[in-house]
Amino acid sequence: MSRVWLSSLSRLATIIVLLVVLFLVSPAFLSVQNLVNIVRQASLLFLLASGLTIVILTAGIDLSIGSVLALSASVAANFIQQGWIWGGSLLGLMIGAACGFLNGLMVALVGLPPFIATYGMLWIAAGFAQVFMKGEIISGFPSGFRFLGAGHAAGVPVPILVMVLVLVACLLALRRTNFGRYVYVIGANREAARLSGINIRGNLLLVYSLSGLFSAFAGLVYVSRINAVESTIGETLLLPALAAVCIGGTSLFGGEGGIAGTLIGALIMTLVTNGMNLLNVSPYWQSFVMGAIVVLSVAVDQLGSAKLEGD
Amino acid sequence: MTGTVWGAWARRVTMAPGAVYALIVLSIVFALFTAQFLTLHNLTNIGMQGSVLVIVSLGMTLIILTEGIDLSLGSVLGLAGVILALAVKQQVALPLAILAAIGVGGIFGTLNGVLISRIGLPPFVVTLGSFGMAQGLALVLTEGSSVPGLGPAVQYFNDGRILGIPVPIIMTAIAFLVVYIILYHTKFGTYVFALGGNQEALALAGVRARLYKTGVYVLGGSLAGVGALVMTARMNAAHPTVGVGLEFDAIASVLLGGTSFERGRGWLGGAIIGALAISVLRNGLNLIGLSTSWQVSLVGMVIILAIVMDALRGV
Repeated sequence: MSRVWLSSLSRLATIIVLLVVLFLVSPAFLSVQNLVNIVRQASLLFLLASGLTIVILTAGIDLSIGSVLALSASVAANFIQQGWIWGGSLLGLMIGAACGFLNGLMVALVGLPPFIATYGMLWIAAGFAQVFMKGEIISGFPSGFRFLGAGHAAGVPVPILVMVLVLVACLLALRRTNFGRYVYVIGANREAARLSGINIRGNLLLVYSLSGLFSAFAGLVYVSRINAVESTIGETLLLPALAAVCIGGTSLFGGEGGIAGTLIGALIMTLVTNGMNLLNVSPYWQSFVMGAIVVLSVAVDQLGSAKLEGD
Repeated sequence: MTGTVWGAWARRVTMAPGAVYALIVLSIVFALFTAQFLTLHNLTNIGMQGSVLVIVSLGMTLIILTEGIDLSLGSVLGLAGVILALAVKQQVALPLAILAAIGVGGIFGTLNGVLISRIGLPPFVVTLGSFGMAQGLALVLTEGSSVPGLGPAVQYFNDGRILGIPVPIIMTAIAFLVVYIILYHTKFGTYVFALGGNQEALALAGVRARLYKTGVYVLGGSLAGVGALVMTARMNAAHPTVGVGLEFDAIASVLLGGTSFERGRGWLGGAIIGALAISVLRNGLNLIGLSTSWQVSLVGMVIILAIVMDALRGV
């Protein structure tokens, strides 16, 4: 237990330190407007990272989330621009879920290592997105669709409301349903899960399908906010999402962590990006920083647990 | 019965039907459907274009034999090319610049290897992280643009010929020979195969398993540095993101060639056959006029098919 408390405390401390540093660098940082902006940015990252969190809880991984987001958003955007808001959105979500389902088939039925199955999907989806978009950019969507990413309801940006809804839904699913318990058991001890009669294949299929669905949903919100789409929008999203999950305390070895941690991780990652912008750091550093954060957080997590187990 | 050298070779070849058949079928199809495919010029082209892929796939083979993976090799290659080009632009002597490029690959390999073997982190996450770091550094160093015009001394590594054979092909052959000797005729090589089987047992037997595992990643990174030299010479320029995706082709080559993720099953020759199959596939698709976007998807499906078949064969 003490380790859980310790790591939660360290995460909160990280946020506070980041807030203080950013405030000292630029007092404008602590304006309500900027803070709302940060939470809105974090909501996109959270949506993408939430499906990934559930996959990682089962001791799996989904490297395809960025390009599945790009593929589903590209197809959806084409129909939405022609006025088919619901039809296009639904099609996008279905494509995302289908990609996830294929990942699930490869992992659960064929028995491929998750990183290799989803890495193949990364390139397949990225390729199809390129084929579909032919290198073009689609922009300018109907206002009904823009509401999802850029609108306000009761004065609160819609993406933030969406984030809260997804957070509550995931918390309930993971903590109050059999599915949630199975996810943790499958991740913590697959052999025990099998012996206690849990349908591992079915649950894994569902988990990977959900990850694809969440990616597609994040894509819709993303496209709706920036009001444009091109085939490469997903390329730089995988590392920040993975970093958010790792920093949020979900173990890559499965069965440990949760969705609330990912929310904190997404906030931390957004603060880091925001801070680098405030400090005028070249955007080219971002990919380096994201990579370093992934490696560091996983290494610290692993070293910490090894030490505590040794005590 | 199969005690002869030929018997051993025959067994090795039958381990890799996928790539061999793919190579033969693809070659026949492209030879029938395009006039240019079966020309000496085009075949030399395939060999030269495939050389970078073969060099990277050699290192990838060893990494995969230890049940590992290296997703950073492509962007490390990009970074090594940038280092080489920037050094040449700063009038650094070419041998030193080349050493620096290979050294950068070795440093990233060391980072990956230590984190994977000492701390026990999953290879895909460590190398995904270093993928981001290498790409970020390459972008920072070049501010996102190309470093062109490196001069004839660098271009020699693409245009040069020794006894009529293009230098990249000679370099590939040397790289293959070196890695072949390391893998099949040294203690290190024996342990590489054993690492894929069971690292714990190896460590209990008193073998410095972690050191050897780190060595595999160092070799992989250094070979990416060698690949960077050929790639940079071909373009007469370094571009920070030129290597992105190359690791994917390399993984596909290794798996197509019959090396498996499980239990250290595989052979080095498969990397060459697999890389040739993929180079022929890309070359032929180009000749037919299929866009690169379709190629990305097609090659993606080829790798998935290869792995699924491999997994099903193993059952």
